[in-house]
Amino acid sequence: MTLQHRITQITRDPNLSPKQKSNFLALEAEASLPYMALSDAVTEAKESGIICDMFEGNAPFKPRYVLPDYAKFLQNGSEYLELSPVQDLDEALNALTIIYHHVPSVTNIPVYLGQLDDILLPFCQGLDPETIYRKLKLFWIMLDRTLPDAFMHVNIGPTDNIVCRTILRVDAELKQIAPNLTFMYDPQITPDELLQIAASNICECSKPHIANYPLHANSFDEKGFGIVSCYNSLPLAGGANTLVRINLKEVALKASSVDDFFNQVLPHYCQLTYELIEARAKFLHEESNFFNSFLVKEGLIEESRFAPMFGIYGMAEAVNILLGTPSNHYGHNAAANELGHKISKALDAIVKSTPVKYGYHGLALLHSQGGMNVDKDVTPGVRIPYGTEPNPIVHIQALAEHHQYYTSGISDILTIDETVKANPLAMMQLCKGALSLGFREFSANVASNDLIRVTGYMIKLSDIASFKQAGSRTNTTWLGAEAAVNTKILERQPRVIAHEQSPTHAK
Amino acid sequence: MVRVATVNQIIPFSCVDGPGSRLVIFLQGCNFNCKNCHNPHTIDMCDSCGDCVATCPVGALSLSLSEVTEAVITKPRVLWDSDKCTQCDTCLSTCPKQSSPKTRQYSVPQMLELIRSQVHFINGITVSGGEATLQLPFIIELFQAIKASPDLKHLSCMIDSNGYLSESGWEQVMPYLDGAMIDLKSWQQHTHHYITGRDNHRVFISLKLLAAEGKLYEIRLLYIPRVSDFDNEINAVAGYLSQLPASVRVKLNAFQHHGVTGEARQWGTCSEQQMQQLAAQLSQRGVRNLVLPNVYL
Ligand code: SF4
Ligand code: SF4
Repeated sequence: MTLQHRITQITRDPNLSPKQKSNFLALEAEASLPYMALSDAVTEAKESGIICDMFEGNAPFKPRYVLPDYAKFLQNGSEYLELSPVQDLDEALNALTIIYHHVPSVTNIPVYLGQLDDILLPFCQGLDPETIYRKLKLFWIMLDRTLPDAFMHVNIGPTDNIVCRTILRVDAELKQIAPNLTFMYDPQITPDELLQIAASNICECSKPHIANYPLHANSFDEKGFGIVSCYNSLPLAGGANTLVRINLKEVALKASSVDDFFNQVLPHYCQLTYELIEARAKFLHEESNFFNSFLVKEGLIEESRFAPMFGIYGMAEAVNILLGTPSNHYGHNAAANELGHKISKALDAIVKSTPVKYGYHGLALLHSQGGMNVDKDVTPGVRIPYGTEPNPIVHIQALAEHHQYYTSGISDILTIDETVKANPLAMMQLCKGALSLGFREFSANVASNDLIRVTGYMIKLSDIASFKQAGSRTNTTWLGAEAAVNTKILERQPRVIAHEQSPTHAK
Repeated sequence: MVRVATVNQIIPFSCVDGPGSRLVIFLQGCNFNCKNCHNPHTIDMCDSCGDCVATCPVGALSLSLSEVTEAVITKPRVLWDSDKCTQCDTCLSTCPKQSSPKTRQYSVPQMLELIRSQVHFINGITVSGGEATLQLPFIIELFQAIKASPDLKHLSCMIDSNGYLSESGWEQVMPYLDGAMIDLKSWQQHTHHYITGRDNHRVFISLKLLAAEGKLYEIRLLYIPRVSDFDNEINAVAGYLSQLPASVRVKLNAFQHHGVTGEARQWGTCSEQQMQQLAAQLSQRGVRNLVLPNVYL
């Protein structure tokens, strides 16, 4: 298809809003530029689907994920945005509303909205609970309607406070796909009663995710971290400059034996992945002028806190291929699970010992990548393939060991029978069990909820049903609709699928 | 002698067998013969006749050699290799007794070890069946051991039963029991007999005893339209239920065909509407704490 033809198609698509069309047109324009210079080996690995740049574009002029220090912003105001320091809750919500429109990401919509309870709490002194509730509810509705993208992510917890509780109340009431929500849990700090509210919310609307706060906090420095988009943990006041992922299934297919996989093939493709990472980061940091933005000048982000994410997916297929036939053992068989853990450990060793020019303390961060709508016959991250998941406890026990290695995030989604709805205590206990075994983040889909999770982002089944006729106001719905076709999400319940934004217009 | 139980299945995470999340142990064997049994292969004990061995397509079944020890000759036993098994259920359809070779023997220490491996995920354990109380000595020893272990004693111990256990049986387990879920399959003796093959006199005695001890967690009514008689006897049923302690959950289950064989296949299933109607009739007559199914499949 010629460029002109694709542009024609986009401009006339009956199901896209003008804004959505503009986004796709911009991507086509960027894709018409020549790619950064790469060695033949990298180009070949890229073209054959072994490594993938996540369609971030040929000239990366913005980082993939940006996590501004919003506390600092509220405290100092912004010269660039002509805002003075914030005095009360109304001003805080107004200032945030403004800055969100200036925080870029791969989706053009901010993926991180801040640790909202921490940053808003100082402005809630003296306000009665109903006032806080009304203001936050309006804010929540505004977010969903003006920034329609479920990769947009709010963090709350681990402390028990009025903003945290109000957000949980509003979120369960509104059941919106946006914003996405992570609740940080720390057994030392978070009361059981609060965790129980969060767990009951999951039964209601499959949100929030529950993050293992101590585990994440120990992975980053005292400046902190945030959870953004779908389960990406990244340094606060920094972010991810790029995410390049490696398809372990394809790597395993190249290996002649398990030893060959570990000694030759895997290191080789990891090295090519690094080459692509370096090329992309170099363009962003050295040529795009992104780091001259007000976000840097006003100290809301620091260039040194950006790291590339080294993503992997297709672990299940890789293990099954390396084991030979019968080959559906991943997640069910001790030897298969151990081989998986060994691969994660090997990847961790590579990532921790390979310096990059633009990294967090000079390194990339390992990430178990949640898949994209173009992935067929390959399972996201280290997950157990759809439809073959064992019971939730066996599931958790099979995968817990992986979690220690994936500093910048790992997404398992447990599919829970809807009987749990009448028994939220069970949900909480399952969550506690998972976190105590070393899960970084606990996420569950409850069968039969209209609002369901697709990787980290949410879609409404009812939206998918009407999408074919009417399109959708929400950017992520079409991903879900496409996923429904490609991964048969609707055929088997309870079911989970996984995607990150693929900014390609379906051809 | 080490006490062992014959276990049909263990579900490590269930949300419907008592409060919170529970590890549920389904014991093999039942003393009722319900026409509507959803899992008829749990009723009879396998007698190791060996008929199923040859029909297993993956060789997961075998017969052990007979053992000759001090003049005692033991009969060969059917052995099941769960790693090889693909859960095709061919063996279940072969078995002339409608039993299952896919059971395992657990001693109390083995069961405790299993529970310990799941302890972070659960609020308690439930023994179910089949009819769990047929293996009461095992249950008592298991519950006793749980209550005596500092790392397990926070777990609640519950029994899911058809209520046929004798009074003295309940009294033996009572000190270690946190609660029971009892099925009431129908109101009239003859209906109960028609469905289960036994009368329900002892069931009412069990309910009374457990309620008096504050250990009746839930009473379960399976509504089979035109077969179970709860609707015809609505005044009596409601009168009985509303006299139970207010804390007792009254769980209504809707009859469905899943797993059912034989003549009960011809019975009509219970629709959501029929269920709602029964629930409305009960609550109009003062029955509180009703729990309805959330799926009708
Ligand atoms: S269910 Fe298992 S043991 Fe039974 S016949 Fe099938 S494979 Fe063999
Ligand atoms: S399961 Fe049935 S067929 Fe198989 S050995 Fe036992 S009694 Fe015989």
